[in-house]
Amino acid sequence: MRSGRAFRAALALALALALGFLLLPVVAIFVDTDPGTLLSALDDPSARDALRLSLECTLAALAIVVVVGTPAAYLLATRRFRGRATIATLLELPLVLPPAVAGIALLAALGPEGLLGGAVAGAGLRLVLSTAGVIVALTFVSAPFYLRQAQAAFAAVDPRWLDASRTLGAGELRTWLRVAVPAARPGLVTGLALAWGRAVGEFGATLMFAGSFRGVTQTVPLAIYERFSTDFTGALALSAVLVVVSAAVLLTAKLLAGPEPAAASRAAA
Amino acid sequence: MRRRLRAGAVIAAAAAATALAGCGGDGASAGDGAVRVSAAASLRTAFTELGAALARDGGAAPAFSFAGSDVLAAQIRQGARPDVYAAADEALPSDLHRRGLLDPPRVFATNELVAAVPAERRDLRSLADLGRAGVTIAVGAPAVPVGAYTHTVLAHLPAAERSALQRNVRSTEPDVGGIVGKLTEGAVDAGFVYRSDVRASAGTLRAIPLPRAARPVIRYAAGVVRGAPRRAAAQRFLDALTGPAGRRALRAAGFGVPAR
Repeated sequence: MRSGRAFRAALALALALALGFLLLPVVAIFVDTDPGTLLSALDDPSARDALRLSLECTLAALAIVVVVGTPAAYLLATRRFRGRATIATLLELPLVLPPAVAGIALLAALGPEGLLGGAVAGAGLRLVLSTAGVIVALTFVSAPFYLRQAQAAFAAVDPRWLDASRTLGAGELRTWLRVAVPAARPGLVTGLALAWGRAVGEFGATLMFAGSFRGVTQTVPLAIYERFSTDFTGALALSAVLVVVSAAVLLTAKLLAGPEPAAASRAAA
Repeated sequence: MRRRLRAGAVIAAAAAATALAGCGGDGASAGDGAVRVSAAASLRTAFTELGAALARDGGAAPAFSFAGSDVLAAQIRQGARPDVYAAADEALPSDLHRRGLLDPPRVFATNELVAAVPAERRDLRSLADLGRAGVTIAVGAPAVPVGAYTHTVLAHLPAAERSALQRNVRSTEPDVGGIVGKLTEGAVDAGFVYRSDVRASAGTLRAIPLPRAARPVIRYAAGVVRGAPRRAAAQRFLDALTGPAGRRALRAAGFGVPAR
């Protein structure tokens, strides 16, 4: 009886520690400086450039991730073929790559001296030091988050629903669009939110691959770092925006995903 | 099950690679007793060599943290307490001294700002070449010394030449290491860096000297951080830095040293 109470107290203590440790730095961003100062620090053209660029680049990266990632995840989740597990694992590799490694890898692959550098230049594309390069970096680091969730979500869709749809005369494409995607929606939305969160926070790969130039490649995390040494308040203000926006996205995703977001990931495990 | 095992293997391999990369970073693996030195990114070659020399002579190898001088100073203002702070200018250490965070700083090296291009780019020989349409340039961010020096140089150039160069700037990097990296990766055609960086590139980069009148005076200063946990060791490191071992390492890395 007493040991049960001690155990429960230990669990509660662990939760309190986790909550305090994870929330304290976030709270500090808002407590360190008063809201008026934070707001006026945002009234700076270079801060607004960074916010606009981050918004555009993360949305572009997400669009690519959704358009290519959704069918790819569906294939991996619903078909059995040789090497499927290996492919699924390889797709998750960027999840565990340090951002600096991602930056070097992108340079080695798509940089001017990289493996496909000649082909990229031949196609008239300039990725390094350009906005397109930022989108490439964000897509690279965020896609695995979506692929992973989408795969789990599609795998959790009851195959009998798909069979029923086909029996009723719907083609594969129609079945996918009208049955599989809506049924997997909670997982897809969660994946999207995770991918967006990773993309908006991207720093190392962007700096190494795309550089840092106001209005072109300087996203919010790069602008925060540039302010760190000279304008700590400005850095705090931009950080505060990221916290608010990220919290809003997380909340929206939870609401859109419906009451049972855990079901999909349970099915995947 | 098989799938999970494979995923585990990949993650383990990646984690091991990360750990190795982490160790490789700043060279010296410091025990608790090692003096901790926050140093400008441009000092990496010289300080790493000096650290090795000190270790060869039986001393403890110092632990280095290399970054933009401005970022390191901001860390100290925010409460970080390395033992020694070595910057690529005099202004940042003097400012820390005025705030009571650093002992009086000492100048220990001089350097020169140059425009660097990949050695094989025979078509880029002068500042005018760098101002041509289509040439891309990386510079330091305004707050980091190398960026501030570049700003001074550009301000001394004729207006037409200055705006031609400014038009070609494609990246403002947080420290000189970023500029050198962009250059050696071929991401940019030119960058404003220190002469010592060109020396450290071992032939990959070539320096285009700047007009003498536009060249800023570049003096590196260092001091013991107030409240440093290892004061005596910090003082010994500064003595070594301004003594024969330090002067040798700095000269070998392409720095100038002040007259004694």
